[in-house]
Formats: sequence, structure tokens, C-alpha cells
Amino acid sequence: MLTIDRTTYDGIVAHAKRDHPVEACGIVAGPEGSDRPERLLEMVNAAGSPTFYEFDSTELLTLYKDLWARDEEPVVVYHSHTATEAYPSRTDIGLANEPGAHYVLVGTRVHGNNAGPVEFRSYRIVDGEVTEEEVTVVDALPAPPAPCPENQTSQGNPDAR
Amino acid sequence: MPVEVRIPTILRTYTDDRKAVEANGGSLSDLIDDLESNHPGIKERLVENGDLRRFVNVYVNDEDVRFLGGLEAPLSDGDQVVVLPAVAGGASGGT
Repeated sequence: MLTIDRTTYDGIVAHAKRDHPVEACGIVAGPEGSDRPERLLEMVNAAGSPTFYEFDSTELLTLYKDLWARDEEPVVVYHSHTATEAYPSRTDIGLANEPGAHYVLVGTRVHGNNAGPVEFRSYRIVDGEVTEEEVTVVDALPAPPAPCPENQTSQGNPDAR
Repeated sequence: MPVEVRIPTILRTYTDDRKAVEANGGSLSDLIDDLESNHPGIKERLVENGDLRRFVNVYVNDEDVRFLGGLEAPLSDGDQVVVLPAVAGGASGGT
């Protein structure tokens, strides 16, 4: 299951609508192993195409170096399909190289750049095997696991961020 | 001439889950052969028909090797090599 907060969900949908009819793409980063999509990072579709997306190779390196420096990973990898169903294509499956990520597909074929509902679906893609999963949108992600005692601040409020 | 090679998650099955390994070679091609000798199977994931695979990016000191001569890109001691699969896809292949 993918659990994602409303602001991030809305951000992905807005990006997909804005770039329609070109495929929009990006990631949501989170701490390694946390399964928490915390930081939405819109990427430029270097292919600029309505049927293909690819991160620019220089931006890809910059992105991953930033993730490594923060001990983060791509928790969500998203892109839009602008004329077809929000289901992974053969290309999507063949090029899925983050076995730990949630692959989110946003379908903008009905309303395009305009307001209106979109398809927002999430998949695991591992070794060419596609498994759709439930998407749960929450107001805010649950608090992360409590830090080690020596790292706790004296504020005494576990919800403080 | 050891060179540090950063390995992406998808290829860590070949490196016992290590994020980075050391390898030797005066060119990227030699380096990949050396990687293959210690991590059998990895070469096929990087090279196809004698060329770097289209959807694999390799960087030497932050420069895409496609601008440095591809597999012939020269390497020297202390260089840092990063392997990153492309993040790509799209509707074009059909469902």
C-alpha cells in the first residue's frame, strides 16, 4: 500500500495537469528504508514527449547525489499517461529499475490541463512483475519512529517537526 | 589503479549489496571487464552489442561518459565512477 499525504498527492496531480499533453515525471524522496514519501521533487521530462519520459542524465546524477547526501531514496517514482490508461506500459515495466519504489501513474486523458478528477494509481514493479496496490491519502504522514533518547530535544513534544 | 564505482540498488545483487566497490582499468571498458571478473553477470547489465546500454548512465567524476568517449573513456587513479539506470518510461510501449 502507498500512504501519501494530501499536499504531495495534490502536487503530483497539479504537475501532471500542468505538463499535459507532455508526460510529467518526478519522484518523492524519503529516508532510506522508511517507506515515507516526504519530499516531492518535480523533474523535467528531457524527452518532452506525450508518450515517453526520461530524466535528463545530468539532473539524474544531481538528484541521486542529493539523495545519497541525505540518506534518502526515491520512495515514489511518478509519471503521467496523457492519452492512455494509468497502467504501466511495456516500456514502463522494462525500464523500472527501482525495485523498492512505488511507481505512481497519473492519467490525465479525460480532463487534460483542466480541473477534474484524474486516475492516480500505484504499482510495484519487480523483475517485470506488476502488482497494483492501494493508495491511501492522509492529511499528514504519521509521525516517524521516535529518535534515540540521546537525540531527543528537551521540548518534550513528540509531534514537533 | 583502483577506481571507486558507485553501484545502483538494482545491481547490488551482483555486489553482495555493497553500494560501492573498487575496480581497476585504464578505460571504462577495462573497468567493466574487471568488475565482471569479481561480480559475474554485471557486464551484461551495462553493455549490449559492444556499447553502453541506452538506458544505463555512467559518469566519471560527474561527467556523463557519453561525452567522454563512452566505453573508451579514459580513467585514472582516484577517479569516481557512478552507475545509474535511467529513470524513464512512458505510454509509448502500450499496455
